[in-house]
Amino acid sequence: MSLHVAFDGITKEFGPVRVLHGVGFDLHPGRVHGLLGENGAGKSTLMKILAGYHAPTSGTLGIDGEPVTFRNSRDAEKRGIVLIHQELSLADDLTVAQNMFLGHEIKRGWLLDDRAMREQATAALRQVGFERDPDTKVRDLIVAEKQLVEIAKAQLRNARLLIMDEPTASLTPSECDRLFGLIDRLRRDGVTIVYISHKLDEVERITDEVIVMRDGRFVARAPTAETPRQRMAELMVGRELTDMFPDKHIPALGKPLMTVRGLTVPGWAEDVSFDLHPGEILGFAGLVGAGRTELFEGILGLRPRSGGTVEIEGRPVALRSPREAMRNGLTYLSEDRKGKGLHVNMGLRDNLTLMTLRHHAQPLLSPASEERALEHAVTSFGIRGNPQGTASSLSGGNQQKLAIAKFLEPDPRVFVLDEPTRGVDVGAKRDIYFLIARLAAEGRGVIVISSELIELIGLCHRVIVMRGRRVTATVPADRLSEEELIAHAIGTHTRH
Amino acid sequence: MPSAPTPATEVRNDRAEPRKNGRRFDPHRFGPVVGLLLLLIVGTALNPDFATWDNLMNVLTRTAFIGIISIGMCFVIISGGIDLSVGSMAALIAGGMILLMNALAGSVGSPVAVVMLGMLFALLLGGGFGLAHGYLITRGRIEPFIVTLGTLGIFRAVLTWLADGGAITLDNDLSDAYGPVYYGSLLGIPVPVWVFLAVSVAGAVLLNRTAFGRYVQAIGSNEQVARFAAVDVDRVKLLTYGLLGVCVGVATVLYVPRLGSASPTTGLLWELEAIAAVIVGGTSFKGGEGRIAGTVIGAVLLSVISNILNLTSIISVYLNAAVQGCVIIAVAFLQRRRP
Repeated sequence: MSLHVAFDGITKEFGPVRVLHGVGFDLHPGRVHGLLGENGAGKSTLMKILAGYHAPTSGTLGIDGEPVTFRNSRDAEKRGIVLIHQELSLADDLTVAQNMFLGHEIKRGWLLDDRAMREQATAALRQVGFERDPDTKVRDLIVAEKQLVEIAKAQLRNARLLIMDEPTASLTPSECDRLFGLIDRLRRDGVTIVYISHKLDEVERITDEVIVMRDGRFVARAPTAETPRQRMAELMVGRELTDMFPDKHIPALGKPLMTVRGLTVPGWAEDVSFDLHPGEILGFAGLVGAGRTELFEGILGLRPRSGGTVEIEGRPVALRSPREAMRNGLTYLSEDRKGKGLHVNMGLRDNLTLMTLRHHAQPLLSPASEERALEHAVTSFGIRGNPQGTASSLSGGNQQKLAIAKFLEPDPRVFVLDEPTRGVDVGAKRDIYFLIARLAAEGRGVIVISSELIELIGLCHRVIVMRGRRVTATVPADRLSEEELIAHAIGTHTRH
Repeated sequence: MPSAPTPATEVRNDRAEPRKNGRRFDPHRFGPVVGLLLLLIVGTALNPDFATWDNLMNVLTRTAFIGIISIGMCFVIISGGIDLSVGSMAALIAGGMILLMNALAGSVGSPVAVVMLGMLFALLLGGGFGLAHGYLITRGRIEPFIVTLGTLGIFRAVLTWLADGGAITLDNDLSDAYGPVYYGSLLGIPVPVWVFLAVSVAGAVLLNRTAFGRYVQAIGSNEQVARFAAVDVDRVKLLTYGLLGVCVGVATVLYVPRLGSASPTTGLLWELEAIAAVIVGGTSFKGGEGRIAGTVIGAVLLSVISNILNLTSIISVYLNAAVQGCVIIAVAFLQRRRP
């Protein structure tokens, strides 16, 4: 029941941006393939082509030796190819069983045959180890359960190839174990699996071989057993890791620029204290859901705080909005660039000057003055793209540079970047790292929240680790390592 | 180095190409103008009286009320909101200002002074109503549709109650003093048209050349992004409703001397005409982008239709609303975006 997939010269363009450049490799039946690559390497796009969500611009997709063209994901499903989305695609208000049969309802005459659907759903759910009532609403499930439902749903459609995109992003270690057990069983049943993950330890643990992509190209494939993690990382990045990051100039610790004491954001962060010094790059590590983003949204006043104090440059502040934060010398660039960082439908200029329009008003806005600001930002941040276009016309990396420029326009003393290189290609990543180092060298305090450990290790002067709403460790530069950070993040650290 | 968008961009960009900018024909910008020109040609061809100065001024004067309201409405819609109450609000403001002026007529000597006070009262009342909407919407966190659906009923019911089901009529002396505001003209152009023009210019400057206007667009385009970019979202929204209220006040000030009375049918369905003018003018109903000039043209276009129907006998004037409805749908069809 397995199937063989062959990509041949697949290219994909979105408007002017070419995302895939003639990718070619095979997926072998009944194996678990780890698909590696940085954000923007083209993994997701390629997998969406395989699952029928996108059509390739050119190149052919072969299934079991014959070329196929999928018009939509249903076509791909008919061949047994199912993509399990990163953001799970279940309708919250429907029940588990209703979701599993969505678009494939069993009918008796004109009416839905609920009983048959419930029975089949129950059987499929039992196979993946989902113990709850199929009449439960999906809204009431935790993420791990939703994932099981997705897999059971795929089983119901007789999936022969499962694509999992970052399936463990929000799972606890024991939930991960259960998922890996299930993957193992699926493999034994002959299902081909493509496993996309940034967590190299997982890739090492469950995949048979790794396939690496970079900048829209196939780079390498190798048996997992023969590829150490360091090698995987270097294949992904495409250069020696030491080249990616600027030299660290750890500042002498004087008077702190920002002091947080005992801050609590109910439900998200408890009793958090830290100092940030001028010229320092302070990292925040932790699993998804550890409360890092929410902690800073609490500091900004976007979430209620129930205790604690914040001082910026010695002045106690109780910020109620990003506006007050900006006035007190603190700006925050969200991890959600399109939802909270940039107006993607608006022009570059309008985006750049939004926070500082008062500087360009005399009292009417001066387009010339805004234009000068844009020219300045384009040169000093290296933003490449049509300056008269909309922000959406820029590539991910250039959008991020624009966003950074925007949040630096008010000239903050403290700059918080949440996942600063998400969805950014390698070249732009390096630019952003050097930019962050430059900001610190100017005497600003920079806070970097990131899920990419390599980034925190390469860039930060100190890293604070959060787990389950609390700070579990503060790791100085000379002790930064993946093992150390992971151990604090998942709570297996024993040395202290 | 070629760079790739994130997975999230890929989904969005798949079909919609990066927005064209620059000189390419943009139906949002030119559609209403083309439509209006076609109507003018048709009107001229059908009836020689159409293309006269008097008729033109007549059309513009009648457009002034809806036009002024739709400029305020344009701000509200661009910010992502809506106001369904403007017709009822106009009626209540009209009734309120007439009652006030009649009451003052005895105590204040000069009718002109009474009228001035009445006008000031109308503007304040409109602004107050608008701010009340804004307050309920921002602080109360109630959908604008619901808030203004509620006040739509409240305003008109209060007026009907004040008028005891009939009409509230302005005293004759005051009507004479107030009349020129609607019937007078300056340099051959009626006063309401001057006011319409002034409000339009002010609206365009406010929207395109001030920080407030930019914030309105930013909020409508993506409220979260605006909030994270240190925009005082609540305050800006509050002001858009206040601004619309003042516009309704201005429109009412021009409208009252025309009939000299307010009744339960005053301003009926104005809200729909104002919203239609904004949408026909190329403003996105979802907010984020819009144009004052387009709105003005949209308002004029809709009243030119009824003017042509009045002057010609090809289509019954009773079908006026039907023809307008067809035009609204046709314009929306031409301006639709790719999914």
